[in-house]
Amino acid sequence: MSDECVLSQKFKIEGGNFGNAGKASTSIKEILKEIGIDPSIVIRASIAIYEAEMNVVMYAKKGIITLNITPEELHLKLEDEGQGIADIYQAMKEGFSTATNEMREMGFGAGMGLPNIKKNADRFEITSIPGKGTTLDIIFYLNKTGNQ
Amino acid sequence: MTLKEIKELLKAEVITGEDSLDEEITFAGGSDLMSDVLAFGKPGILLLTGLSNSQSVRTANIIDAKAIVYVRGKQPDEEGIKLAKEHGIPLLSTKFMMYATCGLLFSHGLPGVSDLS
Repeated sequence: MSDECVLSQKFKIEGGNFGNAGKASTSIKEILKEIGIDPSIVIRASIAIYEAEMNVVMYAKKGIITLNITPEELHLKLEDEGQGIADIYQAMKEGFSTATNEMREMGFGAGMGLPNIKKNADRFEITSIPGKGTTLDIIFYLNKTGNQ
Repeated sequence: MTLKEIKELLKAEVITGEDSLDEEITFAGGSDLMSDVLAFGKPGILLLTGLSNSQSVRTANIIDAKAIVYVRGKQPDEEGIKLAKEHGIPLLSTKFMMYATCGLLFSHGLPGVSDLS
């Protein structure tokens, strides 16, 4: 794997700000489209990062997405400061949710987010420290064809 | 089926995107749950939803949906309309409820997203 970065950019997410929820992901999608990433990867990456962004808005105080693109891969790293996840195994199960009514009114919080991120990514890693925050690494391989 | 035919079938009001009514729609999917839309949505989908806040438009944009039809007379909020204009996503609103909206479109030959192979 090469460390040579073609593009690196950071995006801030504000926890609890439902009005802006999805803004960072929309910007990321525009960038990926502009630089000519394969459309099937653009859509998978957009869905994954949008779900991840919504999680920060819903559950964390704040978060930062770092978008790194090398010739080999597209890496979306999301680090948040917040309550963290006590039981990642449980959180990864479809349907498991701790969402509030406000979150559900936004059309989210059905317990589909993390499983859907994993489904769309080529590689997905999650680490969390309860009371501190959660880090997601969402990776897409750029040289692979015929994915989906 | 064109968006214009869908508009007539559903007696829908066009909120934005009047100039995109010639767009061909080939399949649709309905849900109020954006998490589900993100899980089943495919590019080109006609999204039927009762969720009228701006997340419906954000979600539609993320999955490359062709248009949104709000059911049960729902109207998107200002932010949603602004976003839709920005991203060129037509928004329609029909008085029919979700079940009838889906039924009408399906019975007139518009397949669901799950019918795509």
